[in-house]
Amino acid sequence: MVREITLGQYLPGNSFIHRLDARSKIILIFAYIIFIFMCRNFISLLVMSLFSILVILITKIGFVKYLKSLKAILIVIILTGIMNIFFGSGDILWQWWIIKITEGGLINAAFVVIRISMLMMISSVLTYTTSPTDLTDALERLLKPLAYFHVRVHEIAMMMTIALRFIPVLIDETDKIMNAQKSRGADLENGNLIRRIKSLIPVLIPLFVSAFRRAGDLATAMECRCYNVVGKRTRMRVMHFSMTDLIALISCLVVFSSVIVLNIFFPSVI
Amino acid sequence: MKEFIRIENLFYKYDQSDDSDNYALRGVDLTIYGGEFVAVVGHNGCGKSTLAKHMNSLYLPTTGDVYIDGIDTHDDERLFEIRKKVGLVLQNPDNQIVVGVVEEDVAFGCENLGMPPDVIRQRVDKALQAVNMYEYRKHSPEKLSGGQKQRVAIAGIIAMEPECIVLDEPTAMLDPQGREEVMNTIKQLNKELGITIVLITHFMEEAVCADRVVMMDEGKIFMTGTPKEVFSQVELLKQHRLDVPQATELIYKLKGCGYELPDGVLDEEECVQALLGLFDQNL
Repeated sequence: MVREITLGQYLPGNSFIHRLDARSKIILIFAYIIFIFMCRNFISLLVMSLFSILVILITKIGFVKYLKSLKAILIVIILTGIMNIFFGSGDILWQWWIIKITEGGLINAAFVVIRISMLMMISSVLTYTTSPTDLTDALERLLKPLAYFHVRVHEIAMMMTIALRFIPVLIDETDKIMNAQKSRGADLENGNLIRRIKSLIPVLIPLFVSAFRRAGDLATAMECRCYNVVGKRTRMRVMHFSMTDLIALISCLVVFSSVIVLNIFFPSVI
Repeated sequence: MKEFIRIENLFYKYDQSDDSDNYALRGVDLTIYGGEFVAVVGHNGCGKSTLAKHMNSLYLPTTGDVYIDGIDTHDDERLFEIRKKVGLVLQNPDNQIVVGVVEEDVAFGCENLGMPPDVIRQRVDKALQAVNMYEYRKHSPEKLSGGQKQRVAIAGIIAMEPECIVLDEPTAMLDPQGREEVMNTIKQLNKELGITIVLITHFMEEAVCADRVVMMDEGKIFMTGTPKEVFSQVELLKQHRLDVPQATELIYKLKGCGYELPDGVLDEEECVQALLGLFDQNL
């Protein structure tokens, strides 16, 4: 049961998007999210949507996978969509008692639904095509300037690395402990919520004890390999901005600037 | 042979404020020479792991001295120098792999030492080849078997190019196949790269592979010698509640029944030879 939890949803591959530097992916996707919220009319929204669909196709990961990522936030999408339908202004299309549907509301709803869906799908592009280690590595490098403000970027990144490494280990352990407790007659699945939470205590305590023991071992192993916070650390992997990144950057610039142009030349509907 | 590790009259207790006589190590004297393969054997709680942790300055002696290639382990300034010379591999492979990609974990030690990226790359590739894990370099450790994980952990130490590797029960949590993989790797490192090996173990079959066996009980060394010398002292070992390899045990029992058999039989091959010899005599 516990085993089904997967961490990150990295799907290895060798597409153009997979090969991009993780740092460029983070920055460009961040920019995409800003620009999709800057769209003021359907044409620019259409351009951005088509662009993200194109990106998705380039990743060579089945479209179904992306739809699945949408399923996770389906309720959020539906709720915000419905809210927007009823709380808009403009021509009233249909009315019953105090509930009314307006043209503005419908347009707002359409925008919100498309924006959230695109945001979710493009973020999935990042998590599907970048391994968790690449992701933390890229974040560490991108956040490096924060070290000037005494943010301990390296330590935070090391914690993330260790967390990523040990989450599957601890999930495995949880599974074992649950089975051990079940074999002693513990009932972990029945009863009301409070009872079920209570029945987790005999699972959590051994899990914590073992986690601390592992932490002690890990600290020893890290010490043996000369880990220290003060010394200057280097990295084996060199991240560099390649031709691929340049192509991606240019195409993003073209699309994003077209949004601005389209916003200027076509009337805003929102 | 050059002296590599010298331990002199080492006493150690975990709780330094404890005035009682609770020593984990009580006067250990041991010298390990460069290029040697030494096995340290004893049952649980005999102090063998504690001794291992003294060999790269994780623990410091309560009284007595430990010298690594002439460097006193008390010397704080030269701590990293010591740890570069002596690598320690622990029992549980899961707990000593830090990064979620094999090759990046192997690189961890070199990265800590601040080496340039291309040098690290070279060392990592070499280390992974030395333990036969090169083809798994991009894998994540949780998909590997126990033996493979332990070999990755060993590679992480080799990448730092130590002169000596101390392995603290590296096979205790592995299945028989994993145990064999790890043992073969250790032997290979000793023979081909000339790395000094100190293997802490409670498997007598593993101790047989060593050049020299150190027997410990109650924080003291009670016997050292070649596997042949040590395992022919079956009675002394039994007194210290230690086993002998199965082949040795069989021969010992047969001798107890009055058969004429040689001393110091260590493995199946020698056992078969000895028994065949017995048949020849009787015919």
